[in-house]
Amino acid sequence: MTGCQPLLQLSGVSKTYADNTVLDALDLTIYDGEFLTLLGPSGCGKTTVLRIIAGFEKEDQGQVMLDEKDISILKAEHRPVNTVFQSYALFPHMTVYDNIAFGLIMHKVPKADINERVLEALRMVRLESFAQRKPHQLSGGQQQRVAIARAVVNRPRLLLLDESLSALDYKLRQEMQIELKRLQRQLNITFVYVTHDQEEALSMSDRIVVLNKGKVQQIGTPREIYETPVNLFVARFIGEINQFDGHVVRRIDDKHVEVVAEGADWVVKTDYPFAANDKVHVLLRPEDVRLTKPELAANTVHIEGHIHECNYKGKTLDSYIRLSTGTKVIASEFFDEDDPDFDYRLGQKVALQWITGWEVVLPYEQTI
Amino acid sequence: MNKQFNQFRFWAIGLATSWLALFVLVPSLMVLVTSFLTRDADFLIQYKFSLEGWKSIFDPTFISLLWDSLSMSMITAVICLAIAYPFVMCLMGLPQRWRGIVLFLLIVPFWTNSLVRIYAIQFLLGKKGLINETLQFVGLIDKPLDMLYSQFAVIFGLSYILLPFMILPIYSSMERLDFKLLDAAKDLGASASQRLMRITLPLTLPGIIAGCLMVVLPAMGMFFVADLLGGSKHALLGNVIKNQFIQTRDWPFGAALSILMILLLSFMLWLYYRATKMSNREGGINDSNF
Amino acid sequence: MIRIFRLGFIGLVLCYVYTPIFILVVNSFNESRYGNKWSGFTYKWYEKLFENDSLMEAGWHTLQVGLTSATAATVIGTLAAVALQRYRFYGKGAVSSLVFVSMLTPDIVMAIALLILFVTLGIELGYISLLIAHITFCLPFVIISVFSRLKGMDMSVTEAARDLGANEWQVFSKIILPMILPAVASGWLLSFTLSIDDVIVSSFVTGPGYEILPLKIYSMVRVGVSPEVNAISTLLFVGSVVLIVISQLLLRKKGNL
Repeated sequence: MTGCQPLLQLSGVSKTYADNTVLDALDLTIYDGEFLTLLGPSGCGKTTVLRIIAGFEKEDQGQVMLDEKDISILKAEHRPVNTVFQSYALFPHMTVYDNIAFGLIMHKVPKADINERVLEALRMVRLESFAQRKPHQLSGGQQQRVAIARAVVNRPRLLLLDESLSALDYKLRQEMQIELKRLQRQLNITFVYVTHDQEEALSMSDRIVVLNKGKVQQIGTPREIYETPVNLFVARFIGEINQFDGHVVRRIDDKHVEVVAEGADWVVKTDYPFAANDKVHVLLRPEDVRLTKPELAANTVHIEGHIHECNYKGKTLDSYIRLSTGTKVIASEFFDEDDPDFDYRLGQKVALQWITGWEVVLPYEQTI
Repeated sequence: MNKQFNQFRFWAIGLATSWLALFVLVPSLMVLVTSFLTRDADFLIQYKFSLEGWKSIFDPTFISLLWDSLSMSMITAVICLAIAYPFVMCLMGLPQRWRGIVLFLLIVPFWTNSLVRIYAIQFLLGKKGLINETLQFVGLIDKPLDMLYSQFAVIFGLSYILLPFMILPIYSSMERLDFKLLDAAKDLGASASQRLMRITLPLTLPGIIAGCLMVVLPAMGMFFVADLLGGSKHALLGNVIKNQFIQTRDWPFGAALSILMILLLSFMLWLYYRATKMSNREGGINDSNF
Repeated sequence: MIRIFRLGFIGLVLCYVYTPIFILVVNSFNESRYGNKWSGFTYKWYEKLFENDSLMEAGWHTLQVGLTSATAATVIGTLAAVALQRYRFYGKGAVSSLVFVSMLTPDIVMAIALLILFVTLGIELGYISLLIAHITFCLPFVIISVFSRLKGMDMSVTEAARDLGANEWQVFSKIILPMILPAVASGWLLSFTLSIDDVIVSSFVTGPGYEILPLKIYSMVRVGVSPEVNAISTLLFVGSVVLIVISQLLLRKKGNL
């Protein structure tokens, strides 16, 4: 699916509004045919990246190359790039058909072709019977699909989607996620999707770019991002994570070190060249934590704590445990209906266990 | 922003900017300059510095005239306010749909030629006009009242024409008033008059000042009202300016008078901004702050 | 009780607003010249009106100035509003404050300012000077009317249009203009009525060679009661009502855009 041909390259792109640096010497390569997601909290600069690629904003510094040609000087209307806007931005005075045909007319596509391509686009988003409606006569999901059809009908090299699903309700959003993936495979167009919703990013993308404060934090597949975050920001932004502060006791071999944290000895896998006495963070996803009765865990590595709160989530049972050191830990376990002991009393003493090798160890960061 | 030359952008900005510069900014500066020039009987003005124009303003006869004009405008504003404020309060009690219809009915005449409406008031106020006839018929008076060609008639005419200019800004600031505030005040034990004095009035103050601004200044300029309803006795500032320019041909004096009006405008704008700042809200002068 | 008082007060104010106009309309059909007593229905003042060549000519001039100045003000004003909304440019703040100030400036001040300009530049007082003056005082109203419409719009549609390959001119003509058309039309109508109603500015900047209706009416009513004026005022009133109804209908349509 992911071709290895670079399609778009941003190198050293910076953007400052007044005193506010939105993008700080950003480098990013987008490959032909991939589904790339720019993920980050609001204000991280992800939308600015999109707007610079689309040509709505001009970068202060740096270069934007498409197919190895500099497109910085090209106006938005001349770039082979189309955008699906957050608010859809459908033209309210035009029918669905005219909305979709607009880009083709602007590019002086022959009339006969226009009709054919518009109908094809309508078929693709399953709105054939809505061609003569006005946008305000459509539901949110339908408007969304018109916006996508209006963009892809131009056969752009790159389709930019700016938080395009955020206005939809939860169920519709799930459907559209699947729909978008299907479209992307069908069209074989490179998608660049901007979102602050990590779940959306994980489920749709080939690669995710995590941005914060105008800088790339990590680029990788959803799995890499989730399982081996490179810093605390990424670890905390994507999903929930438990954090234990400790230090390295000794190096076992070139892949493993022994760490002491929360009074327990951890043997953890790491690629970092840690030495003894280095301060580290040990991170553990809630679903990687197992709770048992303390007497059952006596012979294995574990930490003890007390149940502080229990949240029944349907699929899982989320337990909040307070350790003796004061650290709070979340454990998320699949609900086992057949296990009579599965529920916990508040205040009950439990042992925390985890699967060795699933921890993530990061160098100590000054920030909290 | 693209650096490339953009023809549409050029024309869109250029046309309006040059029009405003040429026909608003430049003429205004010329008025200022003219007020400091020397009057000339044959060529209107000489390009020689002089303060004569400004000195004429401090002539006692003129001062009293200015005072007359100003007081008539102010009384007009007070009358308009006295009608407009209760009117808007009544209006707010109506359902949304009816408010629109009433406002529409109110505005229709305001779109009609004001000269024609002033002319119509002559019929109303004349010796044998509707008011005198009615009062006589009812038996309140035996002899017709002498209403036309008086200060009363001028003020009547001005407030008639300018009433919508008071109603609209007050309405727009009243519309923005959060009526939950009044409920909150009621909840906290404020009486109807306390709610009016402590909540409604302060929060609609910008609207009131905007209304006064849109009444007082135009009122001073409407020379035809004084002409048609005041006879020759009760002149407005507008009549004086017109005389200086058309008949007496004392341009520097006329220009100085206009500057005076601009100063008054600035003063009232300043008041308006103070009021908006105080109540932290817009009052409807510029519903479209740029 | 409060309700009755409320409706009564509103009714009273509306009555006050409409009475003079009512008298005028009635008198335009009144046989009696001085209009104090009703002495029979007649069309004769309207007939006289249409026979009065100088009045008809003034009416024609008014129409001419009204149509041209409203159109020019609408074109310039619409472009200006779009520029103010869409672009950042040097002196933008100055332009918007000029618009604001010129809307609030009393007519008489604008009138003498333009008079001084025309005399200094040697522009003959007549059609051209009237046209310039009328465009100038209509301009801020068009700009504000269009600008507030633009402000209520989701401007991402303009980016969408550019994204789909439209240049600035196409963005304006195919997207923005159709969307703001109601405001543009009502701006035009407002300008037209302002223009045909104006007395103050026109009386300064027109010359004896080019008489317009309001000034003609002014000189007639200064002399005394003139039944033809009743007739023409009635016609003007009816015309204004028609225009304002149209403009309200246009503005109402914006709801479904």
